[in-house]
Amino acid sequence: MSEELFQKLTDSIVDCDPDAVEALTRQALAAGLEPLEIIAQGLTKGMQIVGERFQCGDAFLPDLIIAAEGMQRAMQLLEPELLKRQQTLETAGVVVLGTVKGDIHEIGKTLVGTMLSANGFKVYDLGTDVPTETFIAKVKETGANILGLSSLLTTTMVVQREVIEALNTAGIRQQVKVMVGGAPVTRTWASQIGADGYAEDATGAVTLARQLVGK
Amino acid sequence: MARPKLTFLDQEFIQQIVAEGIAVLSNPGVRVHNSEALALLADAGAAVDFNTQVACIPETLALHALDSAPHEFNLYSLEGLAVVHYGGDDVHFDPGSAAVSILDAQTGQQRSPVTADFVRFVKLVETLAMFDAQSTAFVCRDVPEGIGDLYRLYLALEYMHKPIVTGAFGKQTWWVMWELLCAAAGGEAALKQRPLAVFDVCPSPPLLWSDLTCQNLIDCASKGVPAELVSMPLAGATAPVTLAGSVVQHTAESLSGVVIHQLAQPGSPIVWGGAPAAFDMRAGSTPFGDVATWMIDCAYVEVGKYLGLPTHAYMGSTDAKLLDMQSGLESAGGAMLAALAGVNMVSGAGMIDFLRCQSFEKLVIDADIIAMARRLAQGIERRHEPVALEVMRQAGHKAGYLANSHTQRWFRKELHLPSPVIDRSSLDSWQKQGSKSIVTRAAERVEHLLTTYKPSPLGSDVRHELRRITLRAAQAYGMDELPSLPDDI
Repeated sequence: MSEELFQKLTDSIVDCDPDAVEALTRQALAAGLEPLEIIAQGLTKGMQIVGERFQCGDAFLPDLIIAAEGMQRAMQLLEPELLKRQQTLETAGVVVLGTVKGDIHEIGKTLVGTMLSANGFKVYDLGTDVPTETFIAKVKETGANILGLSSLLTTTMVVQREVIEALNTAGIRQQVKVMVGGAPVTRTWASQIGADGYAEDATGAVTLARQLVGK
Repeated sequence: MARPKLTFLDQEFIQQIVAEGIAVLSNPGVRVHNSEALALLADAGAAVDFNTQVACIPETLALHALDSAPHEFNLYSLEGLAVVHYGGDDVHFDPGSAAVSILDAQTGQQRSPVTADFVRFVKLVETLAMFDAQSTAFVCRDVPEGIGDLYRLYLALEYMHKPIVTGAFGKQTWWVMWELLCAAAGGEAALKQRPLAVFDVCPSPPLLWSDLTCQNLIDCASKGVPAELVSMPLAGATAPVTLAGSVVQHTAESLSGVVIHQLAQPGSPIVWGGAPAAFDMRAGSTPFGDVATWMIDCAYVEVGKYLGLPTHAYMGSTDAKLLDMQSGLESAGGAMLAALAGVNMVSGAGMIDFLRCQSFEKLVIDADIIAMARRLAQGIERRHEPVALEVMRQAGHKAGYLANSHTQRWFRKELHLPSPVIDRSSLDSWQKQGSKSIVTRAAERVEHLLTTYKPSPLGSDVRHELRRITLRAAQAYGMDELPSLPDDI
């Protein structure tokens, strides 16, 4: 019975049907299934399948995003239940993310944020045109172990370096791993400015984030 | 909005071209070097000079033939499915036919192909969804020249599912090819009812039907096997230099073919096809990748549609000797125009060097060109009512369309997704994957696709019969044993 429901949950994620994910999650809770089990046996498996299909070219960005939306809607139902049970979902890491000051490009950064949260990271997405001091304050406040800096313009790439320098000045550079991304950003640039990592795309960013926090 | 349609000629212009083409048939007439055809024409009322072998065909005869020729027909797969529709503005693609060499991926040089190459090629075509038909793409050099045409068809029949565009190099070999097709189709009646193949028949410019091609044309008609006229005016050399002038010659040559064909068997399926070229006044060559060539192609296709006949054209090949930017430019230009012109069967994919050489890698690249051409020909549709107002109001000023259900609903239909042959990765990602050129990626894709090939649906008894028929023909040309087939059938 529960096996069947877990399978349905997995399928609903893979089929990119957030409404079904939500309904099945309610059904699973009503049937008395444990939230942690629902996540591990049902939802996460679905996300893994979608990720694999994306890697081999059978699924596409909208599929990833909508699958992730299903995941997020399920989590909204599951988190209060976890709290009630005084359980915590082991997060893969805490991420502060945003597009740097002077740059209003949103899509790449949002994609990375969505993929990270669908893969068990706690993500604080600060949006676009984010002042350097806001990044610093948020990292301090959340105790984040990953900072993601997006920049789509050659003119704003340099701000990524400024943020890293500001982390140094604030004395919290050792606390966070810095990931940089965006169209003009390359591996060489990442190492030049002393960032910890760079990935070509959103799924690459998940792999990188896992490596950086040792998961 | 219907699909976009490219046209070069208005109604009046087409009518003039047809009128002049018909007038050419009566004076100076057509050279017909085949006694059966001359007799057919004379019996039907054409003025035939049996000494000079020139037939002057009156307008009534041409119009009569156009009346009886079918407007459409289908080609069938070996599974019995109608997978090619010759008619209307439906567009299908097949690889170019009868190359004399292949481009060796390892050496980058042209070389003579053998049995194993042909088998690989047929398998590759099966795996490429953009091709609705096979073709007898090149001539194997490990069998006697006399059976070069039928041996290709034999090999294709052993491995194909899709129908095939083929052609005979001799009068007798046509009959062996027909016998092979009957064996594969399950008999003469079955072949007639569900044709597996169309035969290219090529008049020689200007205004000549050789004995061989004319006989092929008559035999196709009498057996109800579709024939595809491939008229090849060479603008400025063997045909008038003006593009419209070459189309007049194409009209006359093709119409004479329709007349002979329909006299042999009224109602037999026939295609208004061609492989014209605009003569290159510097190199003295016959470029198929030339813009004027494409314009002649599109224009004669318009004439064919006006006359109510299914159409064919040789487009999407290149004259370059290797897979370079010229190759991409010429292949894409031709394929895009052909799709927009609504050519029923577009032949030429894979071909380089003036249709002399086939390339496996180019075929795979061309499949991506064709996919784009097909998308282009689908045109732009409304899809949603209202088109965007609802979804834009819902999204407001957020760029969150990736997560929008409207995107999920339409992106597969609206956006074109290329194969891995096309590179759209970031510089870093491309470098990480080995900084490969499209030719290298295509070579890898060839190998990958070949692993996905699904074996022939034909039973072992049918295949035994195919081999028996072919061996008999080979022995008549002094070859006692056929080359063995690759083991992995």
